[in-house]
Amino acid sequence: MTTATEVAARGTSTHPDIHRHSDVNRDVLAILTRPGIGWWGLFAFAAFGVAVLFTAWGALIVKGFGLTGLTSPAGWGWDITTFVFWVGIAHSGTLISAILFLFRAPWRQSVYRIAEAMTVFAVMTAGLFPLLHLGRGWLAYWLFPYPNSRFLWPNFRSPLVWDVFAVTTYFTVSATFFYLGCIPDIASAREAATGLRKKLYQVISLGWRGTDNEWHHFSKAYIYLAALATPLVLSVHSVVSWDFAMAIVPGWHATIFAPYFVAGAIFSGVAMVITLSVVMRKLFHLEAYLTPKHFDALAKLIMLTGLIVLYAYLTEFFMAWYSGEEVEKTVFWNRLFGSYWWATWTMLVCNGFVPIMLWFQRVRRSIPALFVISIFINIGMWFERFVIIVTSLTHEYEPFAWGVYRPTMVEMAILFGSFCWFGFWFLLFTRLLPPVAIAELKEVIPAPMKRKHGGAHHG
Amino acid sequence: MAEKTPGILASFEFLDSTVDAIHDLRKAGFKGLRAYTPYPEHHIEEALGHGESPVRVWTLVGGLTGTATGFAFTIFTSMDWPLVTGGKPIIAIPAYVVIAFESTILFGALSTLIGLFVLSRLPHIKPMIVYDPEFVSGRYGIFVAAEGGKLDEARRILQKHEPKLLTEDREGAHAM
Repeated sequence: MTTATEVAARGTSTHPDIHRHSDVNRDVLAILTRPGIGWWGLFAFAAFGVAVLFTAWGALIVKGFGLTGLTSPAGWGWDITTFVFWVGIAHSGTLISAILFLFRAPWRQSVYRIAEAMTVFAVMTAGLFPLLHLGRGWLAYWLFPYPNSRFLWPNFRSPLVWDVFAVTTYFTVSATFFYLGCIPDIASAREAATGLRKKLYQVISLGWRGTDNEWHHFSKAYIYLAALATPLVLSVHSVVSWDFAMAIVPGWHATIFAPYFVAGAIFSGVAMVITLSVVMRKLFHLEAYLTPKHFDALAKLIMLTGLIVLYAYLTEFFMAWYSGEEVEKTVFWNRLFGSYWWATWTMLVCNGFVPIMLWFQRVRRSIPALFVISIFINIGMWFERFVIIVTSLTHEYEPFAWGVYRPTMVEMAILFGSFCWFGFWFLLFTRLLPPVAIAELKEVIPAPMKRKHGGAHHG
Repeated sequence: MAEKTPGILASFEFLDSTVDAIHDLRKAGFKGLRAYTPYPEHHIEEALGHGESPVRVWTLVGGLTGTATGFAFTIFTSMDWPLVTGGKPIIAIPAYVVIAFESTILFGALSTLIGLFVLSRLPHIKPMIVYDPEFVSGRYGIFVAAEGGKLDEARRILQKHEPKLLTEDREGAHAM
């Protein structure tokens, strides 16, 4: 029996097929109990990829950097490209969890845990690359200011030191934010679990009981953390962009870099959220939780940031031409028609033109179409960083110092391995922590009322 | 709240009965009520009359400490070994803003977390004498600490609102 008011409520509700609060516990906690064959298959593949990653890294340590294609003039190549790619992926997680929380976007509840976990693991993946690129990764602590025997401190005027501070702060804060949001849901998992799992959840839920006192401070702390994470997310990719923009390399030395990188980061990150959500929806039967409405909202974010990215591309080319600067003009001409024309055109097609399809609502609401588009964007955004780094470094001021950088199999193995490393942690997450925010979802599901008349909703 | 006050825990299915029960209890003069909810429920917080959470002070103090630390650290280490690089001044404030900004956020976030733990007394390691595991799933709860005749009155008020479950803690060992 469906009344007219129920139909109307269905239209505005974010989760029309979930009626009771305990349903959320049942559905979400079920994910933690039954790993299907699909999960095990993906996990085995990811574990294999992690082994490939560490084998390749081991080879780099034992044999040296001659195994990579890095040579003068390209001191940065595959690894820094992939570093920037993963830092960028991380950004939309904080956007969805913090910025959309502050804007009270009602659709974020279903996806934000996935996005936040993605952030933490993407920063963990990105963090591998500076270590790997250092060569002697075990000396990475030299990057941090610590009182050493020669009283030397890092050069705080260098953007690379800024980057160390920005990325480590980002990792710490996003991991804190992620864990804090998980605590009440771990308590839910605790009550349903048995044995060793229950012991683990008892410890990591910190004995959360859901008292009014706990919630009262928790809600406020969450708002303040979101308010801190919002400027942080904008600053981190700005700082990453200054690794480039502060250098007087043609194609890098531009003031548009910070907003251009931030928009690109959110663009690629939202695409990754879509990729992951589609897989999780299928794998764990979350159709009632991740509805086409949620995907539509994510696609709109891609439309917006995609337009900013396209505008930034056009501005870069325009400014190169309008500056009248010979070197700048040559670099951009070379991007389109030089040795790396294929990379530039891949970037332009994947990031500039493919997202135009999202202007149609039918595409935005079609999950297979979105999945394919999101993969295109992921590829395009990796190529964007490759184009920025490699085409500029191999084509600087002096023609005799021009060169060509070619990646080797070891570098490709590391790229492949980085995806598997990310997937490895993400898959573990889906089995250990509730991948959909249980408590927050209940805030958007109408509360059970004894009196049927009157306010059947709450704030 | 004395250490050894007995108490009674009621667990409700409906939000409105829970809110009504809280109102009735407060009207009857009961203090130190403890509510349990599966999600942050504003109606219950309002009924209990919570003020502004002081967690914001932790955020502010932590953030300002971070700003000061960031500037102090960069300036003092640069003066410790004054070496001109890139033709920039030894104390290059615009460059140090980046470090100070990041440490503002870092200190502010960590201090917010510590503030939350202190204020809501987490981690909670005392045993839960009376507790309904359904509180994290879908039920709402009220715990009243009272003695003798007051305890009977609390039971009567709670029963009026038809709880699913009533549990008593006779020893007063339940940690609020």
